[in-house]
Amino acid sequence: MISNYFFINFIRFVLLVLVQVLVFNRLNFFGFINPMVYILFLYWYPIKENRAAFIGLSFLLGLSIDFFSDTMALHAASTTTIAYLRPAIMRFIFGVNLEFQSFKLSNSTKAQQFTFLTLLIVVHHFVFFTLEVFSLINILLILKKVLIISLATLILCLLFGTLFSVKKE
Amino acid sequence: MQQIINFLIRYKHFLLYILLMLISLGFTIQSHSFHQSKFFNSANWLTGNIYNTSFNISTYFDLDTENEKLVKENKRLRHLLFNKKNETQIVLDTANIRYTISSGQIIKNSYADQRNYLTINKGKKDSIKQDMGVITNKGIIGIVENTSGKFATVQSILNEHSNINAKIKNTNHFGSLVWNTKSYTTVQLIDIPKLVPLHIGDTIVTGAMSSIFPENIPIGTIKKFDLDRSENFYTIDVSLFNDMTNVKNVYIVNSLDREEILELESETINND
Repeated sequence: MISNYFFINFIRFVLLVLVQVLVFNRLNFFGFINPMVYILFLYWYPIKENRAAFIGLSFLLGLSIDFFSDTMALHAASTTTIAYLRPAIMRFIFGVNLEFQSFKLSNSTKAQQFTFLTLLIVVHHFVFFTLEVFSLINILLILKKVLIISLATLILCLLFGTLFSVKKE
Repeated sequence: MQQIINFLIRYKHFLLYILLMLISLGFTIQSHSFHQSKFFNSANWLTGNIYNTSFNISTYFDLDTENEKLVKENKRLRHLLFNKKNETQIVLDTANIRYTISSGQIIKNSYADQRNYLTINKGKKDSIKQDMGVITNKGIIGIVENTSGKFATVQSILNEHSNINAKIKNTNHFGSLVWNTKSYTTVQLIDIPKLVPLHIGDTIVTGAMSSIFPENIPIGTIKKFDLDRSENFYTIDVSLFNDMTNVKNVYIVNSLDREEILELESETINND
């Protein structure tokens, strides 16, 4: 069972990195919209797993995307941030349900899943573009980018989510 | 001691986060003030080969248009060759050669970021070195930043750090070509004095001050010009000849005089 989890997550990691760098980094919709679908890795990652390993893994995920897109450590910084904040976000959204042993993401309501994904994406993009632009004079530019690209990422993540969702029994 | 260990155990996730965040912040801040990291770029073996595989697949889809572009360039060069006035013998003497040209292809392009880097499929094995110029038949693309065995990253002119010497064609008024990160079709030419007569549509070419590019390589045309805050210099919007979103075949220019120029310049500075 453990090796199965490991295997699935490993495949997911590699595929998401490849899809991100070979397809979505080249999208350049309207000249600047490049959705970051690799956030789905953090959305799909099992909940009751070692937290330190999860943070480390997310850092590696961001770093490998940085390697491909020549962005130094922008992706790594923002992915590590949402990996660290994920338990807090989950407690905020799922509340008491999270404590149950049988809790699964697929058992929660659609609205909860949607909010969870949105929060992950918005926090990630905010950190990312703040670090990329790196000046408070351009705060409007940052907000514009966060808003538009979050929307694009959200739509694509939802599409991917429904496409590859685990069938409910 | 016990308390310290308890503290570490209790906040281990937070400490791990802080550690990783500091590492990435360090890299990020470094990338804002210095050049691209030597090891941390897409020219390395793994990323280069993945991009190259993807390029090998996608390259077939626009062979027609690429061929057309190359034929057009050949046509132009033949036109120049046949209409040359003085039919003197071409002397191929290495002492007369100032630049050598090699060709390459862009396997990774980006223009949506603040600091855009391209990756080309030529590297150290093809004697590509740092600070060589990269151009197409239409104009300049950027400067080679890092090389690995088979690949190299190129700092695009669409990059915050980019700073290239450029001038107005047929004059000797030169300035610096920078990018304000707003649009991928325009770059900015700054430090042109107020007294220079400018017209919209004038051509901007590379200047003679650059030890990287040959003089008079086209860049773009003047789209709009304003005086800057000090009211002494123009800030000129230059619309590029190159469509930076669609470049594939490039030429890499190696200036043979560059080392000598740099050596001389550093000696002059040291003597002061």
